[in-house]
Amino acid sequence: MATEFIQRSRSTARFDSGKNLLDVKALKMHFPLTQGIVFQRQVGAVRAVDGIDFFVEKGETLGLVGESGCGKSTTGRAILQLYKPTSGEVKFDGVELTKLGGEQMRKMRRRMQMIFQDPYASLNPRMTVGNIIGEPLEVHKLAAGKAKTERVQELLKIVGLNPYFTNRYPHEFSGGQRQRIGVARALAVEPEFIVADEPISALDVSIQAQVINLLEELQDKFKLTYLFIAHDLSVVRHISDRVAVMYLGKIVELADRVDLYEHPLHPYSQALLSAVPIPDPIVEVKRKRIILTGDVPSPVNPPTGCRFHTRCWKAQEICAEVDPEFIEHAPRHWAACHFPGA
Amino acid sequence: MPELLEVKDLKTQFFTRDGVVRAVDGVSFQLAAGETLGIVGESGCGKSVTALSLMRLIPMPPGKIVEGSIVFDGQDVLKMDDDDVRSIRGNNIAMIFQDPMTSLNPVLTISRQISEALELHLKMDKAEAKKRTIELLELVNIPSAKKRADDYPHQFSGGMRQRVMIAMALSCNPKLILADEPTTALDVTIQAQVLDLLKNLAREFRTAFILITHDLGVVAGMTQRIHVMYGGQIVEKADTGELFANPKMPYTWGLLRSIPRLDESRKAKLVPIEGLPPDLIAPPPGCRFEPRCQYRREICSTTPPELKHIPNSKPDHEARCWGTQEGGWLVNTDWRQDIGSVKELEAIKMDVADLPPEVKRAEAAADTPPGAPGKDTRNGN
Amino acid sequence: MATVTTSAAQQRSIESNVLTRKQRSLWADAWWRLRRNKAAMFGLVIIALASVCAIFAPLIAPFEPTAIDTKVNNMDPFFVDSKYHNSKFLLGSDQLGRDILSRLIWSARISLVVGLVPTMIIFALGLTLGLTAGYFGGWVDNLLMRFTDVIYAFPDLLFVIIIMATLRNTWLGDIMGGLILIFVALAVVSWVGLTRLVRGQVLSLKEKEFIEAARATGVPTKRIMVRHLLPNALAPVIVSLAFAIPGAMLAESVLSFIGIGIRPPTATWGVMINEGFTVFSQSPWPVLMPAICISVVMLAFTFLGDGLRDALDPRMKL
Repeated sequence: MATEFIQRSRSTARFDSGKNLLDVKALKMHFPLTQGIVFQRQVGAVRAVDGIDFFVEKGETLGLVGESGCGKSTTGRAILQLYKPTSGEVKFDGVELTKLGGEQMRKMRRRMQMIFQDPYASLNPRMTVGNIIGEPLEVHKLAAGKAKTERVQELLKIVGLNPYFTNRYPHEFSGGQRQRIGVARALAVEPEFIVADEPISALDVSIQAQVINLLEELQDKFKLTYLFIAHDLSVVRHISDRVAVMYLGKIVELADRVDLYEHPLHPYSQALLSAVPIPDPIVEVKRKRIILTGDVPSPVNPPTGCRFHTRCWKAQEICAEVDPEFIEHAPRHWAACHFPGA
Repeated sequence: MPELLEVKDLKTQFFTRDGVVRAVDGVSFQLAAGETLGIVGESGCGKSVTALSLMRLIPMPPGKIVEGSIVFDGQDVLKMDDDDVRSIRGNNIAMIFQDPMTSLNPVLTISRQISEALELHLKMDKAEAKKRTIELLELVNIPSAKKRADDYPHQFSGGMRQRVMIAMALSCNPKLILADEPTTALDVTIQAQVLDLLKNLAREFRTAFILITHDLGVVAGMTQRIHVMYGGQIVEKADTGELFANPKMPYTWGLLRSIPRLDESRKAKLVPIEGLPPDLIAPPPGCRFEPRCQYRREICSTTPPELKHIPNSKPDHEARCWGTQEGGWLVNTDWRQDIGSVKELEAIKMDVADLPPEVKRAEAAADTPPGAPGKDTRNGN
Repeated sequence: MATVTTSAAQQRSIESNVLTRKQRSLWADAWWRLRRNKAAMFGLVIIALASVCAIFAPLIAPFEPTAIDTKVNNMDPFFVDSKYHNSKFLLGSDQLGRDILSRLIWSARISLVVGLVPTMIIFALGLTLGLTAGYFGGWVDNLLMRFTDVIYAFPDLLFVIIIMATLRNTWLGDIMGGLILIFVALAVVSWVGLTRLVRGQVLSLKEKEFIEAARATGVPTKRIMVRHLLPNALAPVIVSLAFAIPGAMLAESVLSFIGIGIRPPTATWGVMINEGFTVFSQSPWPVLMPAICISVVMLAFTFLGDGLRDALDPRMKL
């Protein structure tokens, strides 16, 4: 019943094919570092996200991969205006989100939702499952009273949980089930766009696939658009249509899934791909591994020029001096590198 | 070759308010000198508790090794007094943990921590120990080791700390290294560095090591043999090549089917293992995996299968499954093609919709759940 | 059960979640743990008894607490073997011949009120200010916290003594025998600790994903504070209040003892100790009796506080 409702309301939503649902331009998110107790002065900034451009098309899944601290989660939060971006544009369905006022943005949140990494921390331990899933319905005045209860039960059923658990508390569920509750909460307002921030990395191996399949089913059913943030390249490859690779606050490569995994242009993407272990000893023995030396530099003082040059085996003088531009090297295949390709 | 380590019927239990958790329930395996073994399983399957039991590091109470023997180099670790165990821990068995920060002392310099072990166990003098420390740090590829030796743990990055842990583990030339999820907290590129280092060092020093992980990909390129654990038991043993080419236990099949592979050619739908992990206080009476197995038959729910050799496989390949054992119904099943009974699969899915087994058990045990006012629930004192 | 059919599985899952079953909220769990704690339950019983005494003091007390009968002063309690006995006074009488038992019972009133009222003021003040400072941060936080630092820097008791001594003879010190002034003085020094506690809680909770989740769903700020932050910050606050109550009671006794608290002849345990001290060399009982009362009630609150801390400690759950 509610499923029908979702589909109906979706058909009334604007649905121009070929139009981007999300456009991000020159997005920067810097966190100031301050010193002093009473009079705080800024002594620097963590350049978590430092000028990125990308777009997400309606109905697709864009995977955003990178190592911890590369700014991928910050990107997701800056898009949803959970952090106020330092500069840049975030256009959602033609609306510039960075310019919206508090109440306008709050209303806008109905159309974009988030799924969190930690299923233990992302559910309020003092609220029942019914209240957790019902809250978005209440604050956006979508349903109340009996209709709300019915809708919550419907949502529980959609995510594969027993609809009678509305009075239970989160701590009574296992990790995978809690993640399902988180998914149900995100679905409650019938969003068009969902930012999934490492939704499976806190789950057990055998449970991960359950949640991936659920997310895929829901995407088909409700025509959802995902920004899927993860550090696991195999999972991203599985779920995404296109993939963006981030390194130290910048997107270094953006391409269709097959292109990226088969012909990675940026040395960092190549290294990242070769570092993923494959559960097959025969393949493992044959594979050539690129082992990067050193650690990721600090985002407070990123290297000059290309940020990857300190760990890159192809680096030349120019790499330390000039920041490579983010160029379309092949159709729909962007990379920021002075010496792209194999 | 004489075995370096022989574990027989190890049972480690935790005595909690809710009941006895059978964390490790009858685990037996051997390890030859210089051999590498992977123990794979999900959280709560007992793999870490097995490792801690080997070192006698189980917190007591609530934990207790209730049964079994652990013979290391001809001596039963469980019968030793505490001093002997301590000397074994430092000298012969070393451990690398997931989070290096928990095993490094934050207020001592790295060099102090490594040379302390050297002075204590190998009776080196100060200068000698310091020299050896720097050698070890160079061995694990810590750049400008001499300078960095006097740094404190927090001045190192996660990957570097794990290298320090490896240097520490190697410091007394142990015969066995236990690595419990050594790379889980690290990024992929750093993980590749650390795994590479571990592999090369183990080969160079001919050290036996046990790599405990949840990631089948990690063990694939690292170890000679693999044991798969589920619900406190080993459910499949095989050498690495054999396990991936010819797995013989529906749980292993499920694991292999449910992880997306980086080299998969097309976007195939994943086949997850449905259901929830077992409750180790009241494990299923038959096969531990039965509640989640879409190939199950009547016998699976009543009688627990033995870990036995499997037909159509290498001689040392064993599995704990009625279906794939001699005369079973899965002997000729191709796990890649046949994903089992759809009807059973649907039935198992209902388990996910339901409460986890622990909660159900707790509620069944106490008719009046905790918190219900009025009735007296003071029974657990 | 060879092959579990779908309907059987469904049946199973429906049976296992009978809707009438009481759900286990974290509060219910905490209450259950508290009830299993014998010391805390003992404390709770003592507090309940003291409260009954306080509420029904006029009915329970055999005499007026201020009724003077100098003919029978300095009587010993019934269990003391001495010649100074009077069957009228179960626990003896003081130097003015007032019944100690009645005075003790009436004192419970003052003590509990002094324990509860400032604590409630602290609770309201600390919660509001702590939530505001913690959630909004920035200059609001900065201003409030620097202000609390200033108050924090004074030694508590000294501060209370200064307030009491200077304001005691003004109109404020006259209302209800100085009771109101005591409330004010105690609240003024103690709100700081709770505000800081709440602020700290909010600061750590604010970073939790479920608060971020609430913001991402579009929950308005006020609702986030009331529905999400407040219930999660409450547990340590409750524990600290359980310890604040006996603290306030003790402070009142100390003030009354040194003569700047409640004005005599109103009976409070502190006043009684103060007055009994003058005859301590003849009979220790006028001092000992209220001292025992203070100790027992303090201990009861401490037991309860400890029990609450154990029961509410989320680490036990996880």
